[in-house]
Amino acid sequence: MIINHPLLGPRDAQEFTYLGDASLIDRPDWSAEDANEQYYAYAYLRDNPAGLHRELWFHEQGDRSWLVVTRNTLTHEITRVELASDVARLAGRSR
Amino acid sequence: MNQPNRLAGGQIDRSKQLTFRFDGKTYAGHQGDTLASALLANNVRLMGRSFKYHRPRGAFTAGSEEPNALVELRSGARREPNTRATIAELFDGLEAQSQNRWPSLAFDAMGINDLFAPFLTAGFYYKTFMWPKAFWEKVYEPIIRRAAGLGRLSMQPDPDAYDKGFLHCDLLIVGSGPAGLAAALTAGRAGARIILADEDFALGGRLNAETFSLGDSNGPHWVAATLAELEAMPNVRIMPRTTIIGAFDHGISGAVERVSDHLLAPLPGKPRQILWRIYAKRTLLCAGATERPIAFGNNDRPGILLGGALRAYVNRWAVTPGKTAAIFTNNDDGLRTASDLMAKGIAVAAIIDTRSQGTRIEGANHMFGARIVDTKGRLGLEGIVVRKADGQTQTIPCTTLGVSGGWNPNLHLTGHQRGRPVWNDAIASFVPGDCPPGMTVAGAANGQMSTAAALNGGAQQALTLLNDLGFATSSPELPQAEDAEIRLSPLWHVPSGKARAWLDLQNDVTVKDVKQAHQENFRSVEHLKRYTTMGMATDQGKTSNISALAIMAELSGQSIPDTGTTIYRPPYTPVSIGVMAGRSTDGHFRPTRLTPSHKWAQEQGASFVETGMWLRAQWFPRPGETHWRESVDREVLATRGSVGLCDVTTLGKIDIQGSDAATFINRVYCNGFAKLAVGKARYGLMLREDGIVMDDGTTARLAETHFVMTTTTVNAVAVFRHLEFCRQCLWPDLDVQLISTTEAWAQYAVAGPNARKLLQKLVDPEFDISNDAFPFMGCGEITICGGLRARLFRISFSGELAFEIAMPTRYGDALIRKLMAAGKEFDVTPYGTEALGVMRIEKGHAAGNELNGTTTAHNLGMGRMVSQTKDSIGAVLSRREGLMREDALRLVGFRPLNNQDPLKAGAHFIAGTNPEAATHDEGYMTSVAYSPNLGHAIGLGFLKDGGNRLGETLRAVNPLGGDAVAVEVVSPHFIDPQGERLRG
Repeated sequence: MIINHPLLGPRDAQEFTYLGDASLIDRPDWSAEDANEQYYAYAYLRDNPAGLHRELWFHEQGDRSWLVVTRNTLTHEITRVELASDVARLAGRSR
Repeated sequence: MNQPNRLAGGQIDRSKQLTFRFDGKTYAGHQGDTLASALLANNVRLMGRSFKYHRPRGAFTAGSEEPNALVELRSGARREPNTRATIAELFDGLEAQSQNRWPSLAFDAMGINDLFAPFLTAGFYYKTFMWPKAFWEKVYEPIIRRAAGLGRLSMQPDPDAYDKGFLHCDLLIVGSGPAGLAAALTAGRAGARIILADEDFALGGRLNAETFSLGDSNGPHWVAATLAELEAMPNVRIMPRTTIIGAFDHGISGAVERVSDHLLAPLPGKPRQILWRIYAKRTLLCAGATERPIAFGNNDRPGILLGGALRAYVNRWAVTPGKTAAIFTNNDDGLRTASDLMAKGIAVAAIIDTRSQGTRIEGANHMFGARIVDTKGRLGLEGIVVRKADGQTQTIPCTTLGVSGGWNPNLHLTGHQRGRPVWNDAIASFVPGDCPPGMTVAGAANGQMSTAAALNGGAQQALTLLNDLGFATSSPELPQAEDAEIRLSPLWHVPSGKARAWLDLQNDVTVKDVKQAHQENFRSVEHLKRYTTMGMATDQGKTSNISALAIMAELSGQSIPDTGTTIYRPPYTPVSIGVMAGRSTDGHFRPTRLTPSHKWAQEQGASFVETGMWLRAQWFPRPGETHWRESVDREVLATRGSVGLCDVTTLGKIDIQGSDAATFINRVYCNGFAKLAVGKARYGLMLREDGIVMDDGTTARLAETHFVMTTTTVNAVAVFRHLEFCRQCLWPDLDVQLISTTEAWAQYAVAGPNARKLLQKLVDPEFDISNDAFPFMGCGEITICGGLRARLFRISFSGELAFEIAMPTRYGDALIRKLMAAGKEFDVTPYGTEALGVMRIEKGHAAGNELNGTTTAHNLGMGRMVSQTKDSIGAVLSRREGLMREDALRLVGFRPLNNQDPLKAGAHFIAGTNPEAATHDEGYMTSVAYSPNLGHAIGLGFLKDGGNRLGETLRAVNPLGGDAVAVEVVSPHFIDPQGERLRG
């Protein structure tokens, strides 16, 4: 597989480490009233789509960027690659 | 040496005679021969015994699809079983042995299996060896394994090297027949970077095996001229002896190049084979087609070949399997074989044509509407029994037979990403359906069976692909070539009474087996395959799958496409494990990391242990010590008695800087870090988000915005990855930067009551390291030995007064020698990981055995460290009720009631007189050691509600070993429980 790194261009998937669903970016607020339930869902519940899947890959043998890769789980076609930090900021994460 | 079956002509180099041995006999062949063609030249038709029935078999094909002629090639450590004689390139000194026969190929005692054939039909194993159950492993399987078989492994390490490599191109062309060469010419002239790969050692594909004209030239001449032009192009890489084994994601193909298989041994410095990963923008599959047989009674005798293979032997290699031939065909391609044989002076006794009429060859004996129903001969073909159109049977003597049932496109690679082929009535076979992205197909692989269609198809596809890629192109001039139709009338098998009609020659599957599978309702292709083992041999049914499918379709009254087709998976042909491993063998399987003191430790005769990828000194034996425990006990006592040194470089070090560094660290450790003062270090406990402990270590604050975190040796990489995740994905705007400095600093623990005195001899006088100025958990940047940069941390894993001193790695060797020299007056003692382990167990410090991925801070007795007042990774879920139960497992110490008893890690605790059963399990022992300070074994372990059970007696049981030890539950702090020593 080839992942088109937004900064470095096409790189072999061997250079990366896979983590999983990009929803791991959406870490809940620890002080929320229902924090327990939110964290339970965050830690354990995942969708397992047959089709497009946004997932986290780490360029461990490269520049150490965490990427959000949109991959079709049926065909392995990769339609989008973004810096996870950009995705996180768009989702409202900051400090 | 005489080669009785060698003909005139061919593409062998007669000036180069090669000598080889087969089953101990010496023969001669020529450069350009395969082992099979050379054996046939020497009138050796019998080359092997079949897998199950030990039937005599010979070469059936002239290519990689060969099911029969499998031999053991070479000898000694290079002996390679199941090598196909049809593609093994002949070299001088080649040695080959037939396999699966005893005592000899001509007389095989296991041939008796053939007489038991009625009992050995499809599903035989499933039905016969069911009872008694224990007999399967002990009796049945060993016997079957001995009787049914392939070649023998050498059982020695492979002496050759294998490599891996990466290639990039615009266009990968798979196969160098007419389609592939036409495509290569088109793309090469357009300036595209192309790779032209072919599994054969001679490029040209079928053009090397045919006699028809190509323009005003012939096949081999046109191939030579085309290759000469391609070879002169810098943008073209031609790779003979290279099989494309799989089509993977994103245009990546796997290729095995057999660099040295055609040599007696690899040339110095050259690998045996290379596994290439080819990144191609486009891939053009021009893999040609594989002929299929028609099944009839006893159609497996040596001398019976596929028609196109027989023609290839005659034309390309100038050999014939027999002086008198016959042809059995259902299409015009069979006629081509007949006329080529006749042109070479081989008598063609009859052309048995299943069609009722057709083209005639002058002077040939055509038998239209006829079928072969049986054959004669024992170790080779002697004659065929023909049932003529009028129903009469006639026996015709012949020693070779070419069978032509039509050609199946080699579309395997198109299916490697689940693409399903589609049925084509014109050729009665499957043609490519959906291809992997970036792949297209041309020539016979695409069902275009004539040479003219292949040439034009290859060129046209190349033009389309090049235009896609933005190259300016023009069509090459292609030679005029035959464009004949093959006029196929499908026929899959001839009903042959009692005589067995073979489909899968390698796995000995017959038409009757398919019928039986149908009768017993194993009708889907996947069931048929598994029930009969059809297509499951090393040839993967390349010559037999479609026929079996057609017969199943016939039986079930369905069309062939409705019956299905199997999914093709990589590899296309068998691949050696060696080339998959490449250089990753033995010690090269993964890197070995050496500590800065490694050379010095070797000089001391240290024994080493692998931790992570590091080699760490385990203990340092001294003369007279005969058991490792003597060394370890001495090291522990000497450290606690005076001072010891240990290389702790392998612990992960992460440099953390930025104005938000403290905030960041405070969030990744569950205990508080925000208020850590500059010049101080603190123990940190890191949780996973699910509340389980991930790692621990100390983090030192060197400056307001500068921290150094340590991790355990094995978790260094995972923790760094996790911190980057937190930094980039969770808090992208925190001003914090991370870098791993594990290998940048050499670090030694200096532990024991004399640790400070020793260090004071090295540390420059302007740095005060007295207890007041540099107390427990102090840290700072210092200089030693007159201005050399170093870092000092007053941290202790041993429980003694201890420091860790770090210097840039290049000083590591000098530093250990300096410390040893300076410590001489204190009898300084280097200690290894064993003594380190003993001392940390004596202190009750948790390590990898306790941080085992299932334990929480609460389990470890550190529950109160998890801050309630801040956000940190894992804090919320660590407080789950189930994890915080009072009777949860708690870390406690254990000692044997009887001082002589050893303890075992992994033992489980059982209370009172309860039976040794999982329902009574109360926890388990994680770490044990012999404490030379206490004079008995000690252990750490997790016990339910352990904190409230001090003083209780339990059994530590080891059901695997059948032993149990009575232990007392004690505090995990065996030595200096108040921690007075480390503050001294």
